[in-house]
Amino acid sequence: MTFSDYLFLFGGMGLVTYLPRSLPLLYLAHKKMPQWLIDWLGLIPVAILSALLAPTLLTDAASRSFVFGKPELLVAIPTLIFALKTRSLGCTVLIGMALYWLAGVLI
Amino acid sequence: MGLVLTTPSSIFAPMTRDHTTRKQNLRRGAAAAWPICLGYLPIGLALGMLAQQAGLPWWAVAMMSVMVFAGSAQFICVAMLAANASLPAIILTTFVVNLRHTLMSSALAVYLAGVSRRFLVFYSYGITDESFAVNMTRFRSGDWNRWQALTVNQLANSVWILATITGALVGQLVPKGAFGIDYALTGMFICLLVFQLQGRIYVVTGLISAAIAVAWYLLVPGDSYIVGASICAATLGYLLKRRYRRQK
Repeated sequence: MTFSDYLFLFGGMGLVTYLPRSLPLLYLAHKKMPQWLIDWLGLIPVAILSALLAPTLLTDAASRSFVFGKPELLVAIPTLIFALKTRSLGCTVLIGMALYWLAGVLI
Repeated sequence: MGLVLTTPSSIFAPMTRDHTTRKQNLRRGAAAAWPICLGYLPIGLALGMLAQQAGLPWWAVAMMSVMVFAGSAQFICVAMLAANASLPAIILTTFVVNLRHTLMSSALAVYLAGVSRRFLVFYSYGITDESFAVNMTRFRSGDWNRWQALTVNQLANSVWILATITGALVGQLVPKGAFGIDYALTGMFICLLVFQLQGRIYVVTGLISAAIAVAWYLLVPGDSYIVGASICAATLGYLLKRRYRRQK
């Protein structure tokens, strides 16, 4: 592919990525939002985080099937408990990494 | 100006304060951003490596990371290029994969209300799953400002660009899965999820979302499960909350 091919491709990809990121913010930040929308949007982060995490922990990406007890899930349980107890983001990340590394060595 | 005749400290004081604030914003932003940066390293390296194997020169990888800045879409792009997909097909796929950001952008508007459009135009570029999750959590705790949030976005972006370029150049030399670094983002999401659980309704919404996401992921090809499960779960959670409130 030539430089202009890449420019067209990444320009297009950039545009369709940037618009969904910017338009709602540009529009809603200067608008008085109704209370129901604010309440609803308040639940979006927890919903998105769960939706991102759950398939990682409970499914196999290659075969797209349900798997119970993969290392990601086993490590997630102590990591979750650690996060609940300490509420420290940095330490939780490091503990999760250490446990995952350990799981890789043991299993 | 007459000001010069007064004590020098009075002239420099505002400047120093401004300087400290800026430094503080950078420092606090960096303190919040490092787990993202750590998580981006292995993913960025892997992406650069795959891109290089698919025949992309390093400068094209750099161009893609600067112009698109969207992890999963970039992986899909590389895979589709390797499979000789047409460019419009790749762009269309990117659009669908990144539609979930409309939700994040909307949710951020609650905390960036009234902020100048000039700032928002710049800020929007850096809205990713990771920066969104970190910044929303901080905004909600109340102790966060838009400059610190922007620092998080831009630091994550810089590390992403550098990691992908490095991957394209020397990716083969890095051992796979070193120090459990592949788990950095999962660990971060777990902890951010814990931060979000500020009442029963949040726990319920999270569980509903997880269940729908898994079912959707298993039944429907593609990445629509993120948007689909999030919208369904937030709506169900909202309805439950309203019902619970009325009963009281």
